Amino acid sequence: MANLYLIIVLAPLVGAIIAGFFGGRIGRAGAHWVAIIGVGISTLLSLYVVKRFLFDDQEVFNGSVYSWMVSGGIHFQIGFLVDRLTALMIAVVSFVSLMVHIYTIGYMADDEHNWPKESLAGRNSYQRFFSYISLFTFSMLMLVMSNNFLQLFFGWEAVGLVSYLLIGFWSVRESAIFANLKAFLVNRVGDFGFILGIAAVAMYFHSLDYLTVFGKAPELADARIQVLGDSSWSLMTTICVLLFIGAMGKSAQVPLHVWLPDSMEGPTPISALIHAATMVTAGIFMVARMSPLYELSDTALSFVMIVGATTAFFMGLIGLAQNDIKRVIAYSTLSQLGYMTAALGASAYAAGIFHLMTHAFFKALLFLGAGSVIIAMHHDQDIRNMGGIRKYMPFTWITFLIGTLALIGFPGFSGFFSKDAIIWAVGDSHVAGAGYAHALLTIGVLITSLYSFRLYFLVFHGKERMDEHTRHHLHETPAVVWVPLVLLAIPSVVIGWVTVEPVLFGEWFRSAIYVAPAHDVLAELNHHYHGEAAFVLHGLTGVPFWLALAGFVLAAYVFWYRFAKDPHIEEKLRSRLAWLYQVLDRKYGFDDFYQAFFAAGSRDIGKALWLNGDRGIIDGVAVNGSAKSVARLAERARRIQTGRLYNYAIAMILGLIVLQAIFVVF
Amino acid sequence: MISLTEYLILGGILFSIGVAGIFLNRKNVIILLMCIELMLLAVNMNFIAFSHFLEDPTGQVFVFFILTVAAAEAAIGLAILVVLFRARQTINVDDLDALKG
Repeated sequence: MANLYLIIVLAPLVGAIIAGFFGGRIGRAGAHWVAIIGVGISTLLSLYVVKRFLFDDQEVFNGSVYSWMVSGGIHFQIGFLVDRLTALMIAVVSFVSLMVHIYTIGYMADDEHNWPKESLAGRNSYQRFFSYISLFTFSMLMLVMSNNFLQLFFGWEAVGLVSYLLIGFWSVRESAIFANLKAFLVNRVGDFGFILGIAAVAMYFHSLDYLTVFGKAPELADARIQVLGDSSWSLMTTICVLLFIGAMGKSAQVPLHVWLPDSMEGPTPISALIHAATMVTAGIFMVARMSPLYELSDTALSFVMIVGATTAFFMGLIGLAQNDIKRVIAYSTLSQLGYMTAALGASAYAAGIFHLMTHAFFKALLFLGAGSVIIAMHHDQDIRNMGGIRKYMPFTWITFLIGTLALIGFPGFSGFFSKDAIIWAVGDSHVAGAGYAHALLTIGVLITSLYSFRLYFLVFHGKERMDEHTRHHLHETPAVVWVPLVLLAIPSVVIGWVTVEPVLFGEWFRSAIYVAPAHDVLAELNHHYHGEAAFVLHGLTGVPFWLALAGFVLAAYVFWYRFAKDPHIEEKLRSRLAWLYQVLDRKYGFDDFYQAFFAAGSRDIGKALWLNGDRGIIDGVAVNGSAKSVARLAERARRIQTGRLYNYAIAMILGLIVLQAIFVVF
Repeated sequence: MISLTEYLILGGILFSIGVAGIFLNRKNVIILLMCIELMLLAVNMNFIAFSHFLEDPTGQVFVFFILTVAAAEAAIGLAILVVLFRARQTINVDDLDALKG
């Protein structure tokens, strides 16, 4: 079995290497076939692994593949821990990646128009893109299949790197370069906390292997760590909070969320793959994987929940004010990641991972659908220029509607099961801050529905607002584009119904996720659970459904009914609620603050150090200064050589007298 | 009676005058040569004084050697002076600063 897991991980890497280094020689078709075959093999094998766990009751696999180094008593290894959590993740990651690979054939087909003619980066950009997305798949699989913190960190950094490469894919665009640097630097801040957490683990557990650490964790539950002189903190809380800071960076929680909307500068396929379905979920996965550690610290769980709920609500609000189709979906992603994080804080890890899975499908669907619209609109992304597209793009329209219904949690669709479970779980939780979180998550449903249907009505319904030339060319995108949409729409509808019982309440996760009995909200939920149909019927009477319906009605009224009569209704709304829109447009001032304080501050410090330190001290004093002082000394010293005889005679006689004096005295 | 000390003091004074003459001379190379001769004279004075008071003729013999060397040296010095004048058209010590750094 070890070989099977190796193949799952390495197949995309081989595809990436071939498409990357030999892209010029094998051409476009060669590159995309090699990448798709690589990821396809991973997908098939991952689904096979799921099947083995599901039907053949397979054992958990924990094995080392390669021992990298032994230092200070710690074994640094490459190894795989394949349990049910891993199986779920690899299935989701590889399937969504495969859909994105196929979709990219259509999306990047005319990419040469995006580059100036002499650009070197523009040569073979199509093959380069496939290489990068396959490389990403490899990195993400390494991350989720890891059995130790070192490999987790490797995968973590690798996905961050590939994200950087892909956001800045169109490197001739200034905004793309700004965005990719922003993403990488903000991620780095999170990684700083992450690596401190890993260091704390290595220090106190003397091992980086998951099972060793999890086994030893209960002994160290009350241990304290010396920080800054006399103050000591709980070890578990410190480790968990530090690891979560890494998750905050990777999964874009407030305040490290600022990079995700900017990451929309990258091509839409990667927005779907990396910034919706997979990379951003790495933080969620990590916390779930570390559940034995998080269960030992109530403070950390509380922190996780509050951060998650704050992100869920406030980011959703910003989505209401956006006019770029991708930005709305980006803020939606931020909000949904907040939901997942809040679930983790409530110790409902299974619910968080369940929402991760359903969200991967419907969010990737929404992004790819948006991409389909963007292709048809000749890369115009402004929703104020769209409208009535449903007549021209039926497949895109239907799948987008399905994705939207899943997102708002319409009863029966996949998003309903996961979202309602999260809201219930947080409501039942007793951790500090649960009440606040529950309130925000519930109101968040209204906001989600509002921005989702605002987007839906403005894009697909109403009068067509695009110019005549674009409207003339509007047609459904080719099959390589809409077939993945359909393939993603199917799980968006059914996977909730099919998997809710085993994943949330049943026996799917077993030992992969540990929940302390005092925190087990999902067990409580289980008492009220009477099957999927009952869940759906209960959902129809629950508060979230009514809020979602209210959001739909409000959005339909403003953005369909009133919009039809007066296309400037949104401007009027903006001027009436100017105070709200100003705050939302400035995104609560996070970006401004970071730009002014950290970015400008760093640049100013750098400039000061350069002018004074580098040019002033090092160049001026040390280098030029020492040369000049030698020159000055020599200038003075050479005046002794007057060339005049009597001066030399004086010197001789003086020297003679001095020597005689010394001779006499000593 | 005139003892050894007075002769030695005389020698010392003559030597100092010679040295001072080298320092203070800025005008004339011939003065320089004369000062050198003065210094040699002072040394000779010392030798004769010691020879007389220690009743040892060695000192007087040595004076002969010194006188010979002084004469030869004066001759060469004057010859150099003549050639210097031909080249530089000046015997002002201040003007001889070709080795100035």
